[in-house]
Amino acid sequence: MDPALKRKIRLIVALSAAVLLAVALIYTSFSASTEAKEPSQIMNAPNGGSYQLTGIVVPGSIHHRGSQLDFRVADRDDSSASIPVRYSGEVPDPFADGREVVVSGKVENGSFVGQRDSLITKCPSKYQTQAQQDPEHVIISR
Amino acid sequence: MITLGAACLFLALVVALYGIAAALLGATRHNRRFTDSARRAVYAFAALLTLCVIVVEAAFARTDLSLKVVADHSSTTTPGFYKLTAMWSSQEGSLLLWGWVLSLTSSAVLFATRNKHRELAPWATAVLMGLGAFFTGLMLFDANPFARLSPVPPEGVGLEPLLRHPAMAIHPPMLYSGYVFFSIPFAFAIGALITRRLDASWIRATRRFALIAWLLLGIGILLGARWSYSELGWGGYWGWDPVENASLMPWLAGTAFLHSIMVQERRGMLRVWNVSLICGTFALALLGTFLVRSGILQSIHAFGASTVGGPLLGLIAAVVVGSALLIVSRLDDLRSTKRIESLLSRESVFLINNLLLVGLAAVIFWGTFFPLISELFTGNKASLAAPWFDHYATPLAILLVLFTGIGPLLAWRRVSLGAAKRLLARPALVALVAAAGLFAFTDTRHHPLALAMFSFAAFSLAALVQEFARGAAAYRSLSGGSYGHALLALFARNRRRYGGYVVHAGVAVLLIAIAASSSFQTSRDLRLRPGQSASVGGYRVTYEKPTAQISPAEQRLTFGSVLAVAKGGKPYATLYPSRNYYAGAGDPTGAGPVRSFFEGQATSEVGRKTTVGGDVWTAMQPDLSSLNPVINGADRRLERIAKGVSPADAKARQTIGFLQGLAVRAIEKRYLADPPPADFRVNVNPLVTWIWVGGAIAAIGGLVAIWPAPEARRRRVSDVYAARLARELGRA
Repeated sequence: MDPALKRKIRLIVALSAAVLLAVALIYTSFSASTEAKEPSQIMNAPNGGSYQLTGIVVPGSIHHRGSQLDFRVADRDDSSASIPVRYSGEVPDPFADGREVVVSGKVENGSFVGQRDSLITKCPSKYQTQAQQDPEHVIISR
Repeated sequence: MITLGAACLFLALVVALYGIAAALLGATRHNRRFTDSARRAVYAFAALLTLCVIVVEAAFARTDLSLKVVADHSSTTTPGFYKLTAMWSSQEGSLLLWGWVLSLTSSAVLFATRNKHRELAPWATAVLMGLGAFFTGLMLFDANPFARLSPVPPEGVGLEPLLRHPAMAIHPPMLYSGYVFFSIPFAFAIGALITRRLDASWIRATRRFALIAWLLLGIGILLGARWSYSELGWGGYWGWDPVENASLMPWLAGTAFLHSIMVQERRGMLRVWNVSLICGTFALALLGTFLVRSGILQSIHAFGASTVGGPLLGLIAAVVVGSALLIVSRLDDLRSTKRIESLLSRESVFLINNLLLVGLAAVIFWGTFFPLISELFTGNKASLAAPWFDHYATPLAILLVLFTGIGPLLAWRRVSLGAAKRLLARPALVALVAAAGLFAFTDTRHHPLALAMFSFAAFSLAALVQEFARGAAAYRSLSGGSYGHALLALFARNRRRYGGYVVHAGVAVLLIAIAASSSFQTSRDLRLRPGQSASVGGYRVTYEKPTAQISPAEQRLTFGSVLAVAKGGKPYATLYPSRNYYAGAGDPTGAGPVRSFFEGQATSEVGRKTTVGGDVWTAMQPDLSSLNPVINGADRRLERIAKGVSPADAKARQTIGFLQGLAVRAIEKRYLADPPPADFRVNVNPLVTWIWVGGAIAAIGGLVAIWPAPEARRRRVSDVYAARLARELGRA
């Protein structure tokens, strides 16, 4: 076979493989992804819609009830918009008041029911400078 | 002291700017005096940044809280060793680390090439000093490690408890050094492009640095996985988190680069590919730094708001656009006269493996940045979860293992079909036997992808054994001696090649372990009271008794458990999973300080029994809801006392803190006297240990490949000898 033709065929094969991969990537990623919403966007959503909820854990709202975990998640910029979350499964170590979380699940009667093991907590590389501003904290004596 | 450090940082910027100017003058005027002066500026830059690091580390060592970076990331109660490693948990400190490692490696490479590459080196110096100036400038204007606090706070914030782990102490410097070392081949590639000296000389000058970068990055990634597995209470080692992906992408691109440069060195081909690949790898390394520091993507490691994101993005854009323009303008010089002659040749397998590696990196890139892409098209940040990544990564990894096995067997240029059949027959037989055995005797038949991974990995390992045997036999037929002696001699003669084979073996072992531990994991969540037991994957787990421990030095309370694990009715292991609660974070909840202590951040200590066959892994979470009345009661009573105390009376406030501490002690007693139930997660992970073993094997192989051969021995392997050996190898 003519070497120039051969090279052309090779190039076409390689390019079509790349195009195929790209199409597959685009198709699967748009169908497999879940929409991320903040509490204010789903507070009034109808029952059964499934979303990825993202926001801040409302300080003081965390309660362990047996192996179920209840807390509220608020918008990042608006702490007044918040939704109660019911969740069970593994709780990441950095989970705490005021932390940013992502949890997948469904809306049921105005509250959010998290999918098992879907809770993700953003891990800050440092504590906020709370200890300095707030001298009132537990001190364990020797 | 601090003023000295700040002055050094400023001087470093001045020296870096001078270095750029001198290097450019040296390069354009071909004036050696300027070039030499620029090189000395690099040494001075390294010395100044070393002083900066010493000053900052000294401040961390003596917990000088007047320095903002120390007060924000360390405290007097932070354990000694972690005081020093707290530096790189900060943004300022990690930028300083970047700049410092850059200055040291730049000095090393310029010292090593001081009498060589007279045309490339000044341009490379200018690029490296440009990077140095960028990072010192970033520190001076955006994230100064020498910023002071006034008034000086009485106590620091402390190192995040999760980061108090040996792997975490060395993981960040390893990753960063990996990223930084890629700047050396990048700088020389730019020099080669500008001067149009596009033979393999820039590769020979920096190959070892690329290898070190690859090794450090790989170790860094593994240490991160190790930390995740043993410290975070979720039991996994990889979650396709954006920050994890950010470190894997340059590693994959770097792996491709290390292979494709061999094709250029041997055959003079793939020149455009190689310069593009190193520029891409370096851009990905910068992107890794950027992703960690910008918080642009939803990640479990979002490091808070940061000011350095913008400038870093600008640098990445400059690197990508600049090198793309440069490559396009040099396309004529990059053209190679040679072509791949046959599909059955080492270079064509290398090319296939390169495409697989780059394809994998591209998939990960797309998935990582998908939230931004989808926001662009749909207005909503939608993200992709781990299963999507697995979907692509698994088949690509399986193909990679297969071609990793085939590559070393084939010779350069071309192999006849008959010879190829002869070389591939035995490894293929081993793979078939392994596949048949696994299919017949284990439940791999329900996991076709895992079965494919196991048999291809077996093929790859068998091919390596055959290569070592062939090499040793060829050596013995020339020089005699035992097989052991022959094997050692092989390594001594060709460290790069045989070290590379050891890396391949390690990666095959690692991939087998990943396939086994992810496909055959058993995981159960149990809720047990002391005395109760349950079965998980052939093990009987009994919650024997609760434990509690207070550490005033670390301001920590630990609730733990004693778990007895039995296998087949016989005691197998005793595990001690526990949960730590930390004081000192204040009361951000407003729900009362004692309540905040228990509902605030806690960390898991994993209980684990490791054997060659796999791990039994447990984490616990005590259910403290029965203690709520006591906790809330303590807060109520202490609040009443606190009301009578003026907020300005620091002494009295402290006393209340101590009273709260006593309440925590009382709750500890209560917990032990009347233990509540606890939630346990128990995972049985087969072969998971081999991930770390495979990683260690690969790292040793990498070291062997990096280690320079002694000068004398290199000479002894004369061309004549090499030709004879090649003839013998052909016959074997």
